[in-house]
Amino acid sequence: MGLLDKQFAKEGIVISSLEDLLNWSRLSSLWQVGFGLACCAIEMMATSASHYDFDRFGVIPRNSPRQADIIIISGTVTLKMATRIKRIYEQMADPKYVISMGSCSNCGGPYWEHGYHVLKGIDRVIPVDVYVPGCPPRPEALLEGLLKLQEKIRNESLVKKTA
Amino acid sequence: MKNIQEIFSDLKEKFGDAVLELIASPPFESIITISPLQIADVCLFLRDNEELKFDSLVCLSGVDDANGKTIKNENGDSVIEGGTLSVYYHLESTGFRHKIILKVSAPREDPVVASVALIWRHADWHEREAYDLVGFKFLNHPDLRRILMPYDWEAGHPLRKDYKNPEFYMGMKVPY
Repeated sequence: MGLLDKQFAKEGIVISSLEDLLNWSRLSSLWQVGFGLACCAIEMMATSASHYDFDRFGVIPRNSPRQADIIIISGTVTLKMATRIKRIYEQMADPKYVISMGSCSNCGGPYWEHGYHVLKGIDRVIPVDVYVPGCPPRPEALLEGLLKLQEKIRNESLVKKTA
Repeated sequence: MKNIQEIFSDLKEKFGDAVLELIASPPFESIITISPLQIADVCLFLRDNEELKFDSLVCLSGVDDANGKTIKNENGDSVIEGGTLSVYYHLESTGFRHKIILKVSAPREDPVVASVALIWRHADWHEREAYDLVGFKFLNHPDLRRILMPYDWEAGHPLRKDYKNPEFYMGMKVPY
């Protein structure tokens, strides 16, 4: 990242590229939409609670998509819900990121064949940055997914959105 | 507390031909079959009679009996023609501690059943579910809309045995 590479001893001045600074500030405060769908949401809440402490990565649930940077699709997406998720995603301000959490939102999960009501993967509706496998994934897996997303944001370019 | 035989003879005496038969299948609980348009009258009697007082509808469920003829239509899909769809009512009296199961069967092509939503208020959502997933038409239901599937779902009722899922819903691909 090189944010603190060039530091003057006395004046408290740090030299960095604008790109690095923006990427660092983005990845350090990923506010998520306060939004849960099924049993994955229970694991997501456990990740937010004191034991796993999502807040140490700067992830805070916000109750409005307009104040959020990231949406975690945590659970089974029904066709009825998919239209709502699309609207929530469209209400978020850029730059915005999506973590698809669990088998259901990755690919339909156990409902892949006979689930007449289930969307077989949230990536049919909105673009996904990181897929977290599991049914449901443990909090450690979700943290890993978040770290992967941070890695992606760290390598973003000002002129081209890569994540 | 009354046993199923006594309840059946009470009903038979009061409603005559509307009460069809008593299906006993021990060790499971016995089932009384009722004709679909009289079920509301029978249920009101069961709730209000001093010696029965069935104050709780434990569950109401719709079933596709799939006992008609399976034929291929012009698109090559197998559809069921004829036969019946059934609704089961599990009733309990919290005071007397007795239970019964009622069953009504309606023809598949026009499954009209009298609503009990105004007798036990929680039957409202149960009947909406049975309408949504199996396709019963409940007479005199206060608000018969879909409850689980989207309101604009046009592909029919998913728990019917010959149901076929659509290829797309609002631009989203449905099959895997």
